Amino acid sequence: MNLSLLVIVPLITTVLLLFVRGQSGVRRIALAGVSIQLVLAFALLGLYWQERGVGGTAAGNASAFLFEYRHAWFSALHIDYHVGVDGISVAMILLTAFVMVGAVLVSWTIKSMTKEFFVLLLLLSAGAYGFFISLDLFTLFFFLEVSVIPKFLLIGIWGSGRKEYAAMKLALMLMAGSAMVFIGLLGLYYNTGVAGGYVAGAAGGPHTFDWPAIAQMQVPVKAQLLFFPFLFIGFGIFTALFPFHTWVPDGHSSAPTAASMFLAGISMKLGGYGCLRVAVSLMPAAAREYSPFIVGLATIAIIYGAFATMMQKDLKYINAYSSVSHCGFILLGIGMLTRTAVNGAVMQMISHGLMTALFFAAIGMIYDRTHTRLVERLGGLLKIMPFISSIFVIAGLCSLGLPGLSGFAAEITVFMGSWQHPGGMYHLATILACASIVVTAVYILRATGQTIMGPVKDAEYNGLTDATWNERLAGILLVAGIIAIGVAPFWLNELINK
Amino acid sequence: MPNAAYLIIVLVPLLPLLGFVILGLFGRKVVKNYSGGLGTALVFFSTCIAMWVGYDYFATGAGPDGAYHAFKVLNIHWLSFGPGFSIDMDLLVDPISVMMAVVVSFISLMVHIFSLGYMKGEQRYGTYYAYLGLFTFSMLGLVLSANIFEMYIFWELVGCSSYLLIGFYYDRPSAVAAAKKAFVVTRFADLGFLIGILILSFQTKTLGFGELIQMLGPGGQSIADGLGVPGARGVFLGFPVVSWGLALIFVGGAGKSALFPLHVWLPDAMEGPTPVSALIHAATMVVAGVYLVARLYILYANAVDVSQLILYVGVFSAFLAALIACTQSDIKRILAYSTMSQIGYMMFALGTGSSGNTSGYTASMFHLFTHAFFKALLFLCAGVIIHRVHSNEMKDMGGLRKQLPLTHVCFLIACLAISGIPPFSGFFSKEEILSAAWPTNKFVYGLGLFTSGLTAFYMFRLYFSVFWRRAPGIATSHHGATQLNHGAIAPNHGATAAHHGSTPLSMRLPLVILAVCTVFTGFIPFSHYITFDGRPGETVGPGLNAIPPVATALLGIGMAAWLYKKENSRPQQAAEAFRGLYSFARHKFYIDEVYLFVTKKIIFNGIGRPAAWIDKHIVDGLMNGLAKGTAAVSASIKGFQSGKVQDYAWFFFIGIAGLTVLFIYIYT
Amino acid sequence: MNQVPLIHILFVSTALFFIGMYGLFTRRNMIMMLMSVELILNSVNINFVAFNKYLYPEKLEGVFFTLFIIAIAAAEAAVAIAIIINLYRNLRSIDVETADEMKF
Repeated sequence: MNLSLLVIVPLITTVLLLFVRGQSGVRRIALAGVSIQLVLAFALLGLYWQERGVGGTAAGNASAFLFEYRHAWFSALHIDYHVGVDGISVAMILLTAFVMVGAVLVSWTIKSMTKEFFVLLLLLSAGAYGFFISLDLFTLFFFLEVSVIPKFLLIGIWGSGRKEYAAMKLALMLMAGSAMVFIGLLGLYYNTGVAGGYVAGAAGGPHTFDWPAIAQMQVPVKAQLLFFPFLFIGFGIFTALFPFHTWVPDGHSSAPTAASMFLAGISMKLGGYGCLRVAVSLMPAAAREYSPFIVGLATIAIIYGAFATMMQKDLKYINAYSSVSHCGFILLGIGMLTRTAVNGAVMQMISHGLMTALFFAAIGMIYDRTHTRLVERLGGLLKIMPFISSIFVIAGLCSLGLPGLSGFAAEITVFMGSWQHPGGMYHLATILACASIVVTAVYILRATGQTIMGPVKDAEYNGLTDATWNERLAGILLVAGIIAIGVAPFWLNELINK
Repeated sequence: MPNAAYLIIVLVPLLPLLGFVILGLFGRKVVKNYSGGLGTALVFFSTCIAMWVGYDYFATGAGPDGAYHAFKVLNIHWLSFGPGFSIDMDLLVDPISVMMAVVVSFISLMVHIFSLGYMKGEQRYGTYYAYLGLFTFSMLGLVLSANIFEMYIFWELVGCSSYLLIGFYYDRPSAVAAAKKAFVVTRFADLGFLIGILILSFQTKTLGFGELIQMLGPGGQSIADGLGVPGARGVFLGFPVVSWGLALIFVGGAGKSALFPLHVWLPDAMEGPTPVSALIHAATMVVAGVYLVARLYILYANAVDVSQLILYVGVFSAFLAALIACTQSDIKRILAYSTMSQIGYMMFALGTGSSGNTSGYTASMFHLFTHAFFKALLFLCAGVIIHRVHSNEMKDMGGLRKQLPLTHVCFLIACLAISGIPPFSGFFSKEEILSAAWPTNKFVYGLGLFTSGLTAFYMFRLYFSVFWRRAPGIATSHHGATQLNHGAIAPNHGATAAHHGSTPLSMRLPLVILAVCTVFTGFIPFSHYITFDGRPGETVGPGLNAIPPVATALLGIGMAAWLYKKENSRPQQAAEAFRGLYSFARHKFYIDEVYLFVTKKIIFNGIGRPAAWIDKHIVDGLMNGLAKGTAAVSASIKGFQSGKVQDYAWFFFIGIAGLTVLFIYIYT
Repeated sequence: MNQVPLIHILFVSTALFFIGMYGLFTRRNMIMMLMSVELILNSVNINFVAFNKYLYPEKLEGVFFTLFIIAIAAAEAAVAIAIIINLYRNLRSIDVETADEMKF
């Protein structure tokens, strides 16, 4: 299967959109585009499983990456366009597809500059897909950068609240992150000077950006120790590594719903994926050295994020800070460096992606109708908007880790994996991370109790409508994903393990 | 193969789950009026299967040595953490799990039937039965779990169902708050449970109950020693790591079972509909903690320090709850505290194991069994009473024995059972518990005895106040104007216009069945079937050691009759006499206020607010500061672009001069 | 004729050069700036002629260059005056500090 299709389809959709006139045409083409992406993602999943030999056939293809494709790009600098997938990538691509369909459906009623909105959204998705399939570090960085500027425009133009400030802050912090990543990448590049490192192509120069090649080499330890912080912090800024997480609350809250869904659901996972693939896998010695710091920062993010969430008054801020807390689990899992913990981190990436997309979708629907996001002004929505309230509650329960929904499986795997790491400090970190489930329960139930339950706060709310068809479809799609992982996590676990 | 024969037990939890799914998706629109029927039918089949399996297991399932062994049914690896180390969705068939399955499904069936009448006309009828189905599924899954993490999963699901059901009347802020409180307090306890699981599974690398007990119990002592902190030889802060794990798991159980000091959610949970209270907060969910400790009984019996903890926490909770119940005036709250008290009994019976006396296990399970029946009966009778009187307060009731004759008889039977009067079931079970306590710890025995007297007193206080006190026929108060906090009646309820007529059959049938059970279950030779290692024990009939409990109970009943049978001022005087203690107990010993203080002042204001403040001003301030700094630097050097030609010329000159000097230096 | 040492002439031209630069940097009147520029140019002229006469007496390139500079200085003065007139028409002043719009 040609992986570049995943990038080409959004790009083609973007081009088509440029030629369409009229709002409904734009929407339909965008929806068609993302639906094709979803079909492609499922097809990829199926083909991948077939190749790996899951399901009783003879022992499958056990190579590290499947469906590889390589094309020389700047051969003088040994940069190729090299793509391939393994289990983790497939899972992330599936996540992206789900969230994108949800995002497009939820944005059905955007009135101003609809075409530009969808163009930017699709560009974002192209960037994300490209990021997940890249096997060449430069290509990876390229796609990472592709996805930063559209976010700035989306928030700054279609956002709400302090959108210009939030857009600027987000863009600058993410750019700073990318800059650090680039320094790290260059560090890696210039330290891969071993004969025979570069495989395909002409002169066989010593430096390379190629991921599989670097993974087999031993990057000198001094270089690792120097450049690992750059890479980890750079990617970590994307995943809300404390203390560089402050773009998250303002960015997510001021963004339009679809952009929030993408930001929290996928963009934050770009960082996690980058940390795992690039920082930790390519520089294992440094990862072990810095592991206490990573664990410490992640634990702080989890606990501190949870406590900060309790005090928020705006629904989107609640969700944004809760994202900081949950993404802390991802970094904790990666930092613990045990296989189970890393599995848990990947599961948490996917579970949190779906969950937070659902949550933002629900909040967006509520905001569209009541024009307020303040918890104290909302109340009794269960009676008026039962469908939206139900998906709100489901998202909330997933956030607090109720078994049967995906959050539980992910968090438990992280906890078990973290506990397996010997050492008192790590056990303490695990205990603190576990303690966050109580705080999460408190703020989720407070938010739910005040907005969804209770008497109807404002008599005007009585006339509001429940979800329209597109919103229902988006909600159902994301809930289906959450339940699929929650009730039967073994398929995801196996996928990641392969 | 015995394993395959019990495979049908898989249906027992799955049928209610099916009910939940169907009613959850379609209950609102499509099925509406048939929801009750559908839910009840599914649970009925579940109960039948459970009873059939129970009969089969106990009658024919004994192994060659006459002992009842555990069988695992199913073996699905749900989430794996390593080779052989996974959360499995297995079902365990062993004496207590089968017993519990029967109890849970049976009581659930009774509640389903009762709700047909009680919740009739309710607008969210379908949703109610969906939630009941979810709860029944979760509880059955919990008791049939073979893997400790599987039990944790169902534990959480039970908590979620409880949240949904307590908050069923969601437009009442008090109900929403009560649901949240229940969930958060039990979540806090679940944290202990989770960490306990992590500790215990750390080096045993297994999560199945059988394997855990094997590796950590008496046989596997060396593994237990090797657990945990390196260099400390398995000891952490003076206690073995296994004890820490077990103690934390007990904390989890204590939260769900409403033991001191995690009991604060149970009285507030009475905001839910009364049948829900009967099912969840009396007979089934709250005993989950007891069940968990019983599951790991062998390990607890081995850990002396943790057993002591269980013993004291259990008996203290029993005593405290009894004291508070003597002063409460809301019928459901009295019953809630009485539940807490009885669970305390069950718990401390399990705590007697460390002294080598293992009859506590049987006694506890027996009391759990009998308690389920009479407590459910008490709550359902309370439901009928509340339904009739439209109020929860005792002062609005009185002299109801002529108006509700069947309820009167059933309530009396249940009160006699809970007070431990022969030949009702409570007598046998309570007496066994006290006998198990006597050799272990005399103080605990004494406190347990005194508490049973108190139990008789407050239960009969309730009985006399409700059914006697005033002359029959005097209009019971129709001032439904009770305080906002006591709602068992939904705003939409009351469409049953026949509430002044006789109680519908659907509400009377469960009462009768439960009353019959209460009378006769005492005679089951429990220890023949359920002992800690499956081997049948001998049943000792009640002997001389039955006299103290019965005597104290009769004393309590007598005092209650003297004070409450006729309307008089003696209760007032008694309350005056004990003024301090009375008011202290009436306010539930201010424990709720302490919790509120800790959460609001310390946690919210002390940790939450500073965290948010730091994030907004310091961490974010740093980022904003960076931006401001950059802007300041930029502002300060922008003067170079002054727009004045002469300045530019000056800069050219300096540059050229500098370069010249540089080159001169380089080339000489 | 007694040879005047070269260095004396160079002193003169250097002094003229820096006086011209000082005037260029410091005067506010544009005409004065123009005059300073002429001074600079003339100092360069002196330099060329002196070097030509003292170091390469048989060649004439230096003098030729000087003639070029004179012509170009004249042309440049004309252009400069034209610019000054235009500026005056827009800014009503020939103070060079009023022409500072191309700034931050």
